Amino acid sequence: MTAETDHGLGPSSPPSTTVLSLRGVSHSFGAVRALVDVDLDVHPREVVAVVGDNGAGKSTLVGVMAGTIVPDAGELVVDGQELGLTSPGLARQLGIATVFQDLALCDDLDVVENLYLGQELRRGGVLDEVAMEREAWRVMSRLGARVPSVRAPVATLSGGQRQTVAIARALLGVPRVLVLDEPTAALGVTQTAEVLTTIERVRDSGHGVVLVSHNMADVQAVADRVVVLRRGRLNGDFDAERASYEDIIAAITGVSPPRRRRAPGEDA
Amino acid sequence: MSGTSLDLSWRHGGAPWGRWRGEPGPWPVIGALVVLSLVFQAINGNFLSADNLVNLTLQSASLGIITLGVVLVLLVGQIDLSVGAVSGLAAAVVAVGFVQQGWPLWVAVLAAVLLGAGIGGVYGLLTTRLGLPSFVVTLAGLLVAVGMQVRVLGSTGSVNLPYESWLVRFAQQTFLHPVASYAVVALVLGTYVGSRLLERRRRVEAELSAASLATVAGRAAVLAVVLLVPTWYLNTDRGVGAMVALFVGLVAVADLLLRRTAWGRSVRAVGSNVDSARRAGIAVRRVYVTCFMACTALAALGGVLSAGRLAAANQGTGGSDLNLTAIAAAVIGGTSLFGGRGSAWSAVLGVLVIQAISSGLTLLNVDSSVRYVVTGVVLALAVTIDAVSRRRSEAGGGTRR
Ligand SMILES: Nc1ncnc2c1ncn2[C@@H]1O[C@H](COP(=O)(O)OP(=O)(O)O)[C@@H](O)[C@H]1O
Ligand SMILES: [Mg+2]
Repeated sequence: MTAETDHGLGPSSPPSTTVLSLRGVSHSFGAVRALVDVDLDVHPREVVAVVGDNGAGKSTLVGVMAGTIVPDAGELVVDGQELGLTSPGLARQLGIATVFQDLALCDDLDVVENLYLGQELRRGGVLDEVAMEREAWRVMSRLGARVPSVRAPVATLSGGQRQTVAIARALLGVPRVLVLDEPTAALGVTQTAEVLTTIERVRDSGHGVVLVSHNMADVQAVADRVVVLRRGRLNGDFDAERASYEDIIAAITGVSPPRRRRAPGEDA
Repeated sequence: MSGTSLDLSWRHGGAPWGRWRGEPGPWPVIGALVVLSLVFQAINGNFLSADNLVNLTLQSASLGIITLGVVLVLLVGQIDLSVGAVSGLAAAVVAVGFVQQGWPLWVAVLAAVLLGAGIGGVYGLLTTRLGLPSFVVTLAGLLVAVGMQVRVLGSTGSVNLPYESWLVRFAQQTFLHPVASYAVVALVLGTYVGSRLLERRRRVEAELSAASLATVAGRAAVLAVVLLVPTWYLNTDRGVGAMVALFVGLVAVADLLLRRTAWGRSVRAVGSNVDSARRAGIAVRRVYVTCFMACTALAALGGVLSAGRLAAANQGTGGSDLNLTAIAAAVIGGTSLFGGRGSAWSAVLGVLVIQAISSGLTLLNVDSSVRYVVTGVVLALAVTIDAVSRRRSEAGGGTRR
């Protein structure tokens, strides 16, 4: 571990400004090559959108960053230090907070219990329910969530409410890097806007955000950079300001840019 | 935003008429107990006599301690089919160690309980490291434990414990002095009210919905009745058995650990959704191993106490239907077979139901076949309530992986 630290700080590595980098990450599930030699840099004050078709490897990439998947090859660099991310607990200690695509909630536990699962507040050796409940109300209302009670088991909540709980959990404890896997999939218009505002707020407070999304409108609304995954490989890295919608779609699907084939006049 | 005090669930200090979090709570079991008591009392006036209830509580204690362990394992969504056999093995170890090997009794008791914990540790390793289903691992453990029990007991197959040993005296003849029993009740009540008031003040300061003073008083009154009436009634006869006090004390400790510590929370989380728990950073393997170890250690303790109560250990100790009775008691008491839901107190409620059926039918001189059938029907009812309430809470909107 310390030897690796020396490498990270050695003269060979460029002056690091990333909060999180992936270097040459590859991972296979049996014969399926879910990720092939993927590099990714997340800078402070940046929202990186990761887009790609179904099965492109986006969630696998999220798993690698969250510590739930130990990749076959490749490293993570956090604050200039190379490390093997071997457990979700370690990822969270390093300030990588993840909203999983399936939300990773426990249905029998209530909202407060889910928010603080694995990082409970204690007071004299026992759980401090009062402090946790107060924080839960605060973070939930900041997200504009309307839950009947923070003491309701999440099994009784709607899809959108559950998604808000998962996002709220990631925001507890001020993450350095926020990783979100399809965070707006189950949300309505208002709540989607809240989540996007939250993403911008996290970015503006100096943190990095990785946003995995299907929804190009969301991506264009908040992303600074758009990274395209296609069949496990990087297939484009766009500046969100300049790249056109067509370029990104072309990189996702792998067909040549449609601009050539379909001039504006042909549509009419 | 914080809502009214009706938002406060019973589990978090609210009134009984507040939210029950979609769970039926203990009411079905309590209802079953009341119905059973009334029926048996109507048929045989001795059923609710203090003498019979003292016996009933004494019979409940060792089974209850075993059931408490089963509750822990069920909470993490696993099962232990070997608790009866482990308790029989522990009884054999105590009897042989003390009587035949001449160990000090406390050494024999400690050895038996540690052996039990060790067996659970092996279960934990096999299920978490090799991914074997606990159903099969503990079934294998059952056979091994039965074999070891026969081996330890040797050719005679039965070892008697001397009546003057403290284990037998503790299990058979030791009762709390009435004054001591009321002092314990007063202490519990005082602690309860104090902690409720403290929590209430902190909640008010945090601008959270807090229980009204009337609710606190009402809950304290309910607890007072629940503790004082049985204590008083048992004291009109021999009193509260030391073994019964030990059982209830262990349940109370387990309940506090489950509700008030991070370990307890991780137990429920693992039972609810192990994959989510792992991704929340919980050391899932450790949770499984601790639950298996606690279960078998409690099973061993239950076996030791039943050896004390019978003043003997033989090949039948912990045998026949004890495994299934302990598991049935946990489920009847309200712990879900599906993991994640339940309470330590379901050991008390479930065992009372089982023993009420057994004691009532014995008073009626009914054949044991009827006892099995009635217990089976009650178990089926309990599982039905469990499954239906789970389905209903899911219909609330969530999707389960
Ligand atoms: N646990 C797994 N076991 C086997 N194959 C998997 C597993 N997880 C993902 N895959 C496969 O890896 C590929 C990438 O999946 P995923 O990362 O979930 O894609 P995306 O999130 O972009 O839709 C898919 O072909 C998928 O079938
Ligand atoms: Mg995905």
